[in-house]
Amino acid sequence: MKRKLLAAPYLVWMVIFTIVPLILVFYFGLFESGPDGIYFTTEHIKRVFEPIYLKVIVRSLWLAFISTVVCLILGYPMAMILASKVLKMRDILVVLFVLPMWMNFLARTYAWMTLLENNGLINQFLTFLHLPTLNILYTDKAVVLGMVYNFLPFMVLPIYSVLRKLDSSLLEAAQDLGATPIKTFIKVIFPLSLSGVASGIIMVFMPAVTTFVISRLLGGGQYMLIGNLIEQQFLTTGDWGFGSSLSLILMFLLLITMGIMSKTDKDQEGGRLW
Amino acid sequence: MKTFLMKSYTFLVFFFLYAPIITLMVFSFNESKSRGTWDGFTLKWYAELFRDSQIGSALYYTILVAIIASIFATVLGTIAAIGIHNMRGIPKTMAINVTYFPMLSPDIVMGISLMLLFIFVKLNLGFLTMLLAHITFNLPFVIFSVLPKLRQLNDDTYDAALDLGATPYEAYKKVILPQISPGIITGFLLAFTMSIDDFVVSFFTTGSGVSNLAITIYSMARRGINPKINALLTLMFIFIMAILIFVNYRMAKDKGKEEREMN
Repeated sequence: MKRKLLAAPYLVWMVIFTIVPLILVFYFGLFESGPDGIYFTTEHIKRVFEPIYLKVIVRSLWLAFISTVVCLILGYPMAMILASKVLKMRDILVVLFVLPMWMNFLARTYAWMTLLENNGLINQFLTFLHLPTLNILYTDKAVVLGMVYNFLPFMVLPIYSVLRKLDSSLLEAAQDLGATPIKTFIKVIFPLSLSGVASGIIMVFMPAVTTFVISRLLGGGQYMLIGNLIEQQFLTTGDWGFGSSLSLILMFLLLITMGIMSKTDKDQEGGRLW
Repeated sequence: MKTFLMKSYTFLVFFFLYAPIITLMVFSFNESKSRGTWDGFTLKWYAELFRDSQIGSALYYTILVAIIASIFATVLGTIAAIGIHNMRGIPKTMAINVTYFPMLSPDIVMGISLMLLFIFVKLNLGFLTMLLAHITFNLPFVIFSVLPKLRQLNDDTYDAALDLGATPYEAYKKVILPQISPGIITGFLLAFTMSIDDFVVSFFTTGSGVSNLAITIYSMARRGINPKINALLTLMFIFIMAILIFVNYRMAKDKGKEEREMN
């Protein structure tokens, strides 16, 4: 018996449940069936570029971009601290850092809903200090906050794993050769950690662009992000052609992002979550 | 000074990460519906939770789907991992890439594409379709847990079993399976956790009154804030934590054993 044939049922399963569905997305997005059979159409794709929808896409990319930048700015120092040997109990800190990721992401988003409310804990506290209240729930700011909160660990972990493997003799060499700590960082540490930064950017940007839950629960309006638009097409409007086109554009944008980032991450050292 | 700065920064980041979750949990025990003030300890939201028939049905489907999907994925995935382990060259690379595919593709795309498939083949969206979707995203977790164990394995033991007169089936059952079982169990538990926690894919692939806990929480949260959600999320978190601590404990034990064997 050929042992490799054991993988056959699985591969058939994956073709049916991942490849065929993807072909269907292409089919509904790019083809139309009429009385004279099936024909190619760009009608759905064109609709994606109508100003109102284009605005949604641009806003999705923009909010995801801001969230990614904030995650990078907040996350890089955190990754450096976790990777350095200065703090005691470093291993426990790393575990504690990963732990919130195992809380259901609905929970993490819902938690902010209750905190940001008009008479939520944050505003109660601000009122107590006689400070002006914060009314950002149902705005873009709350969406960005939700994204940063949900995806920050995805930025920190890949950077941390690269920094931890960094050869410390390189840093000593830089110091011996007279580099200031800032110069060592710019010339040695940061360039060597780029693969981790690239993975982190992908892992934050991807879920941030595609989310529809964070924008629905923390953002206002119905057409917040491209994810909401796609959800709407499939679950409310029933316009599969347009929904599929939007998904194709979304996948295309993600492929471009991954393409750019994997150029940086040449040796795939960034380390996956698994 | 530098250490002090690092400590304060770490404290701030951890405060940012944990304060919302802890607040959420604490307020599941709050007497009043208010989220701003503490009005005394109560378990009434938990009691209401257990009386809620909608949540009861969601819990039933969540656990049923998680059990069936993770068992099915574990069996199919383990067999597949053995097959993939014995493949070579391009077919092997392709099989591995196909396995990465669901892990890398965005949830929403996986959800809507599966939904299209089910509607296209005229399958009514409901329990069965949600189950098929869960098996699909669970399979990679099982395969990537079992494959490393197979790599560590000494292939000669299998041949030795055959030389000693075992049939291939017996050789697998008595020689290979016991050695890769830690990977299989880890894969099963991961799959089970993923299944319990899933929202997006389930959201698109279910219908006709079948919903899981995550979908129920989402529809409740959309309508506004409700302390019952806090109670439910607290229980889910504790449950998932318990499974993960168990998985980690197993992995650590496993690692310890390996190190001891190496010495």
